[in-house]
Amino acid sequence: MDRFSWTSGLLELGETLVLQQRGVRLYDGEEKVKFDSGVLLLSTHRLIWRDQKNHECCIAIPLSQVVFIEEQAAGIGKSAKIVAHLHPASPNKEPGPFQSSKYSYIKLSFKEHGQIEFFRRFSEEITQRRWENMPAGQTIQVNKDPQAGRIRAVGIVGIERKLEAKRKETDKNISEAFEDLSKLMEKAKEMVELSKSIANKIKEKQGDITEDETIRFKSYLLSMGIANPVTRETHGSGTHYHMQLAKQLAGMLQTPLEERGGIMSLTEVYCLVNRARGLELLSPEDLVNACKMLEPLKLPLRLQIFDSGVMVIELQSHNEEEMVASALETVSEKGSLTADEFAKLVGMSVLLAKLLLAEKMGHLCRDDSVEGLRFYPNLFLTQS
Amino acid sequence: MHRRGVGAGAIAKKKLAEAKYKERGTVLAEDQLAQMSKQLDMFKTNLEEFASKHKQEIRKNPEFRVQFQDMCATIGVDPLASGKGFWSEMLGVGDFYYELGVQIIEVCLALKHRNGGLITLEELHQQVLKGRGKFAQEVSQDDLLRAIKKLKVLGSGFGIIPVGGTYLIQSVPAELNMDHTVVLQLAEKKGYVTVGEIKSSLKWEVERAKQILEHLLKEGMAWLDTQAAGEPQYWLPALFTELYSQEITPEEAKEAIP
Repeated sequence: MDRFSWTSGLLELGETLVLQQRGVRLYDGEEKVKFDSGVLLLSTHRLIWRDQKNHECCIAIPLSQVVFIEEQAAGIGKSAKIVAHLHPASPNKEPGPFQSSKYSYIKLSFKEHGQIEFFRRFSEEITQRRWENMPAGQTIQVNKDPQAGRIRAVGIVGIERKLEAKRKETDKNISEAFEDLSKLMEKAKEMVELSKSIANKIKEKQGDITEDETIRFKSYLLSMGIANPVTRETHGSGTHYHMQLAKQLAGMLQTPLEERGGIMSLTEVYCLVNRARGLELLSPEDLVNACKMLEPLKLPLRLQIFDSGVMVIELQSHNEEEMVASALETVSEKGSLTADEFAKLVGMSVLLAKLLLAEKMGHLCRDDSVEGLRFYPNLFLTQS
Repeated sequence: MHRRGVGAGAIAKKKLAEAKYKERGTVLAEDQLAQMSKQLDMFKTNLEEFASKHKQEIRKNPEFRVQFQDMCATIGVDPLASGKGFWSEMLGVGDFYYELGVQIIEVCLALKHRNGGLITLEELHQQVLKGRGKFAQEVSQDDLLRAIKKLKVLGSGFGIIPVGGTYLIQSVPAELNMDHTVVLQLAEKKGYVTVGEIKSSLKWEVERAKQILEHLLKEGMAWLDTQAAGEPQYWLPALFTELYSQEITPEEAKEAIP
């Protein structure tokens, strides 16, 4: 065990992780050592062991130290093991947990199995000796270039170790987070598969689903963030949540709408609502789905979609014809009107003014030049 | 338990159908639904555990967010679909991106008079960071792109146009087709483009080039410099760097257009 060195556990440049296994205990020759429960990592360059309970505790040995390995089968009450016979430690080895050892071999005990696969890959790496082709950053270069060996004062080692420990902490957090994330995703994937199966059955009517159950299903999909594959419903992707939201919006937007000429774009609404909420914000999709329910729920607002794709919320009392009629009056008085001017007059945003006028141009004649859009009363129509 | 008491006949018929399905070993949808409900509860617990350990990581680490998003996309899950989703509620990813959406909209709105609704991702990033202040969470360009993709759903014309090595973000519903995009990409190198350059690089007819440039002018995305030596230059404010740009009011902007 005296061939091991303390390490940050970070992989160096050029070093790749090959395999890892939890639940491994280390032996110095025949004797158990305090490293009894850890993750064993096999890389192209090293064998790394990291304590499962204390991630700070991490040791490694270069693969070049390994002479050969053999398997030791499991017995009653004994886990399967790999015995690794080692070269003597090199004089300029980095400090490790043991200064000396009376054994020239170590054992890796696989308490949670995994020994077979590990042995196979371990053998591969020792045979291929990939570390010789890819000299890694500042790893322990045991057999190479002794002149380049760095002579460091203890103080610097301490500082560097602290820096590495900090890096390792971040990295460790990430790699542990990543591991946990991968496991979580596996479970999420199962949910996705299950929901697809249910959706299929709904489509093919294998068993009857009530409307209530369909709504329940949709709320499950909403919770998981799975797109709704079933499209036979009447309320779009609406769930109870969206219906509630729609009612809230109706209350919340009444006054702002009146202040803005009775009409607001969905982006304006999105900002207004989320700024007001501060927390537990609505997603853009939440907003759209809620707005789609405004009319079905007979609320005093409605969602309108222009040809350009722009989506607006209007007061039900907002009448397109009246808007155009008043625009017409304004134009006749002043001769002509740009969208900007109209917007200022009515109190709505310029963008919407542009759209409204452009879409309802029956009564108005447009002059579309690089100077912008300008509307004139259509004398052809009105003076016939 | 009877879900629908429509009469003995209907009940019997249903029971028969159910029995037939069960016989064939087919699992009924409502059984699977019950199963899903249980699994959902379990998943929620797992996610809570994950959140208690790693929520900070997601908050602080943009790279981890990218990994997280990619994994979700791979399995077919959209963690940003709804504020009511588990991911959003427990990991707080929702609020992060939805608030970013608001900030993006506000920046684009504030600068629209200057650039016509086109802005580089870099400038957007800078402006958003400025607005967030120095104690806010770190925001990466990837974060911005994801927030923008979500904003598209609002129908307000948000678009992402690849130019040079980066992106132009469009925030108005101006119709920009392939021709416009290609001209924007051509203009990216110097911040402006001329009819002559379009002719020689893209081999277009003068008429086509002029039409595209005039559309950009009309939308306020391009400004015309008729005093340049040689032929008139069409400048894109979105592509102005710190070197060229200066604060300009909407009135000045109007006067700049002939």
